[in-house]
Amino acid sequence: MRAGAWRRAAATIATFLGTLLVPPSVAAQRAPAAQAPQAQGADIIVSPSGPVQRVSDAIQRVAPGGRVLVRKGVYREPLIRIDRPLTIEGEAGAVLDGSGAHTILEVAADDVTVRGLTLRNTGPSQVDERAGIQVHDARGCHIEDNRLEQTLFAIYLAKVQDCTVRGNVIRGHEAAQTVSGNGIHIWSSERVQVLGNDVRGHRDGIYFEFVKHGRVVGNRSERSARYGMHFMFSDDCHYEDNVYRDNANGIAVMYSNRVEMIRNRFEHNWGSAAYGLLLKDINDSRIEGNLFLSNSVGLYLEGANRNTVLGNTFRGNGWALKTLANAQGNLYERNVFEANAFDVGTNSRENVSRFQENYWDRYRGYDLDHNGIGDVAHAPVRLFALVVEQSPPTLILLRSLLVDLLDLAERVIPTLTPETLLDERPLMKRPAGAPRG
Amino acid sequence: MTTILKIVRYVILDVLRNRWVIAYAIFFLAVTDVLLRLGGSGPRALLSLLNVVVLLIPLVTIVFVTIYWHGAREFNELLLSQPVARATLFHGLFAGLIIPLSLAFVVGVTIPVLVQRAADAETLRLLALMLVAGCALTAVFGALAVLIAGLVDDRLKGLGIALGVWLLMTVAYDGLILWVAMTFQDYPLEGAMLALSFANPVDLARVLLVLRFDVSALMGYTGAVMQRILGSPLGIAAALGGLAAWSIIPGLFALRAFRRRDF
Repeated sequence: MRAGAWRRAAATIATFLGTLLVPPSVAAQRAPAAQAPQAQGADIIVSPSGPVQRVSDAIQRVAPGGRVLVRKGVYREPLIRIDRPLTIEGEAGAVLDGSGAHTILEVAADDVTVRGLTLRNTGPSQVDERAGIQVHDARGCHIEDNRLEQTLFAIYLAKVQDCTVRGNVIRGHEAAQTVSGNGIHIWSSERVQVLGNDVRGHRDGIYFEFVKHGRVVGNRSERSARYGMHFMFSDDCHYEDNVYRDNANGIAVMYSNRVEMIRNRFEHNWGSAAYGLLLKDINDSRIEGNLFLSNSVGLYLEGANRNTVLGNTFRGNGWALKTLANAQGNLYERNVFEANAFDVGTNSRENVSRFQENYWDRYRGYDLDHNGIGDVAHAPVRLFALVVEQSPPTLILLRSLLVDLLDLAERVIPTLTPETLLDERPLMKRPAGAPRG
Repeated sequence: MTTILKIVRYVILDVLRNRWVIAYAIFFLAVTDVLLRLGGSGPRALLSLLNVVVLLIPLVTIVFVTIYWHGAREFNELLLSQPVARATLFHGLFAGLIIPLSLAFVVGVTIPVLVQRAADAETLRLLALMLVAGCALTAVFGALAVLIAGLVDDRLKGLGIALGVWLLMTVAYDGLILWVAMTFQDYPLEGAMLALSFANPVDLARVLLVLRFDVSALMGYTGAVMQRILGSPLGIAAALGGLAAWSIIPGLFALRAFRRRDF
């Protein structure tokens, strides 16, 4: 007891002196050489055989701004709570195990970095939101290069600002959505960055609710039980270069304004209720240069207004684009529609959006003046698409000769398809810059 | 038994001699080859081939078999004056017609797929199903043709009826389905749609193939229902059973008519 108190006092003094004398970077370099782990700038080392055997103890001992280094081994402890700024770093093989019973790591302080740890096994729960790493009411956290396995929620941020979640590998239960949580779950936060993570087998791969100015770049979200990415009430966020693949219900994003989604890949979100990208009440946003490949429905718009859909490729989808009558004032330009069963579906006889200079592989017009723009407008809505919209069982007639004949007749003399839903300036050639699948 | 084999051999040689079947095989060879070259991947090319299979096989089979059956009348009379059972002659003729037509289709489609090395596992599975469906359609429309030729003596009239049956099954029937679907759109129609498609061999073959070609999920709830019923091994077996029934039942009627004929 006394020895411990002395040690702590010595550490405090040393810390104080250290901050006066040594710049932090130098301190960090010196750290491994230091004999006593309690000394300022030194790491507190946790190892199964060392003097500090529990991560929680190390956190209690480390000075604010110091570092806890977790050596290889499996650590089973009750909830580990981080209440001061620090860096906790795991060696390869450092595993924190939740014993299937609780949240593993709780961060409730600013400027905390969690790096290189493996966190696993929180166990399922219907009552509390157990997480591998839970951060709340904090600023400036970095969650980097961790591996999360078999957690209910993997990384759970609530009320944080300026945090970064980077390069984590997350592997969920692949359980049903009722007994599964989200991979990266962020609630009521600002300026959060989610970069280069790899999420698989959670309910929603990446989940944002009330997040402002988030950046989601270079992530991969696969095989989610529900949505690969799901956000609501999250304005001014930016999504770039992500891959969303084989998610049970694709991607659904709702109730947000001024969102940018650029160069993402929406692939193989295939099923009776799967959408490559479902936009519900998304306004004034940009959907640019994305690839929609083999989804049941590539892009679905409901109540989404004044968006720009530019330079995307829709390839091999059941429906490339479905737009409901309440999606108005959208602009579709320089997109590529190829090898889809249906290019455009709508439940409206009117058209309240603009299509121009898209490339349609079904376009049969000509270009007499060779300016690359077809001289005849293209009507992308097939009669059959309208029929199916009205009575889905008629899809049993897909690829029937009768349907092809009806489509042809309708194309020659349009009577039922929306007359104004036209691409007046269809491209003759596939634009070179469009993403390829 | 040997009699029936002799008849089958004779009919096959006769069919091959008039070169129609060779042209039929070459047609499939050319179409498949072109589709593979232009369409790229195997499954995609096979999907394009689907329309050809579902429309052309019935047309060619029903016309060819009707004409041949009429033309074989003297041969039949001659053979029936010998100690040959009517059923034996009927089965021999039928098999002799169906086998070369099916073979022409199988060879014509398979060779380009194998030669162009488009044959990954997925393509091969689809190809197998398509070959089975194509051969089944050949048998179905062969049986219908034999029935028509057996009931109608006039050659031209028979041919007209054969074309009418083809048009009815490939186009007009789908109109009926469309009408039913649009009229009763407020009711759950999945079961009715499946029943209707079982009642037409062309639709049955088309739906069976379309469901396999991965466009099922876009059908939403309807597709899920159909996928569950027709996509399962049991469903495929049921569909093939349906096609077999479509071949056997008209065949039995044709056999009865052939037995009762006065020559």
